[in-house]
Amino acid sequence: MRISLFVPCFVDQLYPNVAWSVVRVLERLGHDVVFSEGQSCCGQPPFNSGYWEEARSAARVTMKAFRDAEVVVGPSGSCVTMIKVFYPDLFKGEPDELEARELAAKTHEFSSFLVNVLGVTDVGAKFDGKITFHDGCHGLRELGIKGEPRVLLANVKGLELVEMSEAETCCGFGGTFAVKYAPISTAMDEVKCASILQTGADTVVSNDSSCLMQIRGMLEKEGSAVKSLHLAEILASK
Amino acid sequence: MNGGRSIILNRIREALRNNPAPRPHTSNSQADAAVETHGHAQRAWLPQVGATLPEQIDLFAKISEGLRTEFHRVPTIAAAQDLLKQLAAAGGWKKIASHSHHDTDALLQGIDLPVVRTEKGYAVDDLESCDAGVTGCEVLVAQTGGVMVSVESAGGRALSVLPPHHVVIAQASQMVPDLTAAFECVKNRYGKNFPSFMSFITGPSRTGDIERILVLGAHGPKRLTVLLIED
Amino acid sequence: MATQAADFQTLSRRYTADKGFRAFIQKALGGYYKKRDENKSNFQDWQGARDLAAETKYEAVNHLEKYLLEFEQKITARGAKVFWAPNAEAAREYILKVAKENGVRSIIKSKTMTSEEIHLNDALEKEGFGVFESDLGEYIVQLRKEAPFHLVFPAMHLTRGQISDLFQKELGSGATDEPEELTMIARDVMRRKYCEAEMGISGTNFAVAETGMISITENEGNARLTTSLPRIHVALLGIEKVLPKLEDLSLFLPMLATAGAGQTMTCYNTMYAGPRQSGEPDGPEQMHIVLLDNRRTELLADAEQRDALGCIRCGACLNVCPIFKNVGGYTYGTTYGGPIGSVITPHLRGLKDWKHLSAASSLCGACTEACPVKIDLHHHLLQNRRNGAKAAPNPIEKITFAGFSVMMGRPALYRFATGLGRIFQPLQGLVNGTIFDPLRAWTGSRKFPKLAPTSFHEQWKKERRGRK
Repeated sequence: MRISLFVPCFVDQLYPNVAWSVVRVLERLGHDVVFSEGQSCCGQPPFNSGYWEEARSAARVTMKAFRDAEVVVGPSGSCVTMIKVFYPDLFKGEPDELEARELAAKTHEFSSFLVNVLGVTDVGAKFDGKITFHDGCHGLRELGIKGEPRVLLANVKGLELVEMSEAETCCGFGGTFAVKYAPISTAMDEVKCASILQTGADTVVSNDSSCLMQIRGMLEKEGSAVKSLHLAEILASK
Repeated sequence: MNGGRSIILNRIREALRNNPAPRPHTSNSQADAAVETHGHAQRAWLPQVGATLPEQIDLFAKISEGLRTEFHRVPTIAAAQDLLKQLAAAGGWKKIASHSHHDTDALLQGIDLPVVRTEKGYAVDDLESCDAGVTGCEVLVAQTGGVMVSVESAGGRALSVLPPHHVVIAQASQMVPDLTAAFECVKNRYGKNFPSFMSFITGPSRTGDIERILVLGAHGPKRLTVLLIED
Repeated sequence: MATQAADFQTLSRRYTADKGFRAFIQKALGGYYKKRDENKSNFQDWQGARDLAAETKYEAVNHLEKYLLEFEQKITARGAKVFWAPNAEAAREYILKVAKENGVRSIIKSKTMTSEEIHLNDALEKEGFGVFESDLGEYIVQLRKEAPFHLVFPAMHLTRGQISDLFQKELGSGATDEPEELTMIARDVMRRKYCEAEMGISGTNFAVAETGMISITENEGNARLTTSLPRIHVALLGIEKVLPKLEDLSLFLPMLATAGAGQTMTCYNTMYAGPRQSGEPDGPEQMHIVLLDNRRTELLADAEQRDALGCIRCGACLNVCPIFKNVGGYTYGTTYGGPIGSVITPHLRGLKDWKHLSAASSLCGACTEACPVKIDLHHHLLQNRRNGAKAAPNPIEKITFAGFSVMMGRPALYRFATGLGRIFQPLQGLVNGTIFDPLRAWTGSRKFPKLAPTSFHEQWKKERRGRK
């Protein structure tokens, strides 16, 4: 399959390895991965703050970048949610509403794509370690992703998955919320990190880099030895 | 006096005029199927209740006892009378309240205590100082482990809630599977002339307002005893 | 920044810093989660029940006039008086009038958040009426001169020690902090009040159009006593509380109990069809229904968010909200807190002053997932943000996002700007954590990641372009 890679802006700038991991896994499975260099940002930050006209400017760049794509795959529950769930709302009544809906229909989050579209649950990965999984809220509640990362992780050789009690509790990132309401965001991060530490896991894994930025930010500040990795990085490991 | 009424009605009309809201995302076909199978859609989703009386009584027993209701199945009215006498002795009852009703009249035969009767009115302080209130009920609801009372079946509004111990006497034939059935019963019995008060009582009074710790007898009765005559 | 928004920030800072408080709230909710899940699993299909509940509320709210008129007609035929209050002031004045005309001196109340909304107690006390809250949690916060902390659990933030101190100080009771004994102290105080009060004021969980009844859900029995013994009963309800049919209660009562309190059914669910009828031995001589608008019709007019009027005030959304759990009920500074409060308060009290409640959320969606009537809560927060940005944009945000949209609208500019960012990031390192640090809202508690030496764009270009 010819798969168009969707690289969210902060993955592009902060965590390019996550995008490379997606490429590696998909190519290992025999697919053709293309990257449209016309991408910038899906438009979520202004959208979340209520500036929908400004969000549409960014979103149109994304739509243009994927105009000729057959299928679009990205390693971020929140950014894929922006396209799949919110582009139809954002472009309601706009001249390009139909294109927005079409892009929404052909875009997938990485783990969901592997399991639900490709029907793959074992990508031949190997990773020694005890990990716990954080369910990013957008992926969980907007896209319904819960079992997919877990079935993929279950097939990673050497990996032990232990669930944390607050797996489904928001880490507190929420985009600009993290700085606009920093004390609350911090408190939520504390709850999440405490739950991670309680599991005794050596690595926390998520399907959303923005969540990882929040979690990692606190773990590192507290000098914790717990590492953090994106699901794609685990799946790309051999 | 009616000024507010027209203001609000006009606001409502304006708000809804040519202004449809999206329907909730639900599965309508599921709901239609539910109505076909169960008569009332909610029966497909609410907790299941067995179809036979013995199953329903067992379910009632399980749930009500979990809620600290003292539930006794007795074969005859005489056995119920004995139980009541035991409760009175153990509780040191000096005065009880009740109302005129086929089941309560039978139950109270032979009990040697002053009885404040409520059906023709009563003094509140009289009722307040009773140790127990003895009433009938409309129906018992298996699905919730609760008892439905009304003005007629429980001697008014306060008899079943003011005294600290509420005793209900009922017949097994009064058991219904669920709330839907309870409402149907009430409609059949009263037509459009509903009593001004009816209540589902599901256990003794309780509160969790202090540190979420369960305490019984917050304001209503601390004890609820249900005597079910199965003959 | 509007005062309310500033107050929110101040209070949220205070409460989130109090780890003991946060742990206490978390513990208080722990038992609820367990019992809620048990009861949900007893349902044959909880999701099917939610669908039916959502449909029923849709029908009721979108045909509000029809059902309100049917309700009014039926309950009036039974001797109740129905007063339509367009706003809080009208509701307060009516209730005051009824109290004065009937020589009322002492008033007993059961739990009603609607009365909090219209500040009824203050108005009654100013006019010299004695007002007693009979619900234990409400009574406790009344004695403390505080507002309720939570829609359903008014005193969940207080320890038994605090309650014990309160009772000793206000009631002269003995020194005990046993919950059972404290409850009995309140019970004894209230028993006299029920017997003596001339007026009982209650809320209403549901108003049934078909049979002209109001339905009240409770555990303590205080609402039953409030509405049985005093000779006047005033029932307060928002106009949106009406349900079409009596049998709708067979769905809503168990769902309210499960979502709101983790119970199969609450202890007492009572339907009232008017004042005492002829031949009945007790009950109030007069029943007054006060239907309150107070800007609910403005929410009704917002078709996008109209489903928020389906709220049954169960509190389930508060119980799962990570914001609520970490800042508590008082931070919201208004009657209705948590997710539902954050959605409706901009409508009921003004977008400009209250839109910050809709901004103070990470949009995790746990609320929407928990809502028994499927209100699209977290999406309504987004819509309020959009409406707020249109009506009263924050100038700094507007400029920032204008710049953002220029940058992101031109991929080449985006790549250039982020390239610049790499040059400036070391400078941020110099001021990290100080007042000069533009990222200090983040870096105060979390490490901020460094920009990767090269972006994915640049790496792909280098490795892959021209390959195919």
